[in-house]
Amino acid sequence: MDATPRLESRRLSEHRIPTPSQTVGPFFGYALPFEDGDDAVSGHEAMRIEGQLLDGAGEPVPDGLVELWGGQQFKRCRTDSEGVFHFTVVKPAAGVEAPHLDVTIFARGLLRHLATRMYFPDEETANASDRVLNLIDPARRHTLIAHRDDAVLRFDIRLQGESETVFFAL
Amino acid sequence: MSDSHRDSEPPYLHPDYRATVRRAPTRELVRLPPEWFHQLPGPVFGRVPVLPEDADLTQQHDGRPLGERIIVSGRVMDSDGEPVRHTLVEVWQANAAGRYVDPVDDHAAPLDPNFTGAGRCLTDGEGQYRFVTVKPGAYPYRNHENAWRPAHIHFSVFGPSLASRVVTQMYFPGDPLMPLDPILQSIPDERGRDLLVAAFDLALTEPEWALGYRWDIILRGRNATPREP
Ligand SMILES: [Fe+2]
Repeated sequence: MDATPRLESRRLSEHRIPTPSQTVGPFFGYALPFEDGDDAVSGHEAMRIEGQLLDGAGEPVPDGLVELWGGQQFKRCRTDSEGVFHFTVVKPAAGVEAPHLDVTIFARGLLRHLATRMYFPDEETANASDRVLNLIDPARRHTLIAHRDDAVLRFDIRLQGESETVFFAL
Repeated sequence: MSDSHRDSEPPYLHPDYRATVRRAPTRELVRLPPEWFHQLPGPVFGRVPVLPEDADLTQQHDGRPLGERIIVSGRVMDSDGEPVRHTLVEVWQANAAGRYVDPVDDHAAPLDPNFTGAGRCLTDGEGQYRFVTVKPGAYPYRNHENAWRPAHIHFSVFGPSLASRVVTQMYFPGDPLMPLDPILQSIPDERGRDLLVAAFDLALTEPEWALGYRWDIILRGRNATPREP
């Protein structure tokens, strides 16, 4: 027998319950942000994204953490006292779907993280045929598309309220 | 997530934990097919320098921190029990007095000049991680009258897919604050809560040096990285 007992028991084990989530809490700011921060990209292709994380009363969430992933770029930004986060990225290439970034939100008061997406405002044609955007109530699609605000792309995230951001089930 | 596991995850809205009331989403979450979202590869960490000393939180300063030295170790696995290899595990915690280095923390307990309370490591070829640290103290928070968090270590783990990401907290066995904690008790199912409590492990304990606690982490989905040749 070359299978060790441990491998045997692994094969026979039932589907395991995933470790439950807990809030990131308020005290992660000294631990999680990376040294090179959120602005590791430069050059003419780089674009700056700015947004505000807002709660159900329209108040800024000053103890949130926003992670962004797309086009092999991973960024993390802690929100400031005004709930503001910012990133510098290169727009990912279009694939099966329109160019977008996966956005993950953690905060005190979020027992589980939230997942959403940021699409680009200058991709109207690709956005119009995007399979994910097309699954979403047309009245709410705008919450997933950044808008141009002078030199930056603005992407606010509303946890609740009339313009609550569309979040995806994990 | 399969339905049988739903009660093991906390809901977004849990009014006993007051901060959820204005932060939990109120609209139904949009379900995407797993192959469009959950199964896609998650972040890679080529840029993040992970040094061996990052896993020993007692060796990050000139002197040694006060408190009870402990070893916390376990295996990161997928839901089939297969090891999740070479994935980033990050931890952060209060010092032995219950105080975080974070400037946001105003608890009237002393900082320890020899303890920062942040560490990280990559799991090894068997999915194992191991940290050396001190046991964190309980600390008060302003959720309700006389509210205290049980001793805990915060964990962040990525795994290979978008769905495998988890940020959670590890608790210590026998802590009398656990039944009173709205954050831990937000998990409806007792089996789920038990998964967040480490086990004291004499085999992991190093004689005349440090107590050992074992805590395994199960990530969602089939996340096993390919077997190494
Ligand atoms: Fe904490």
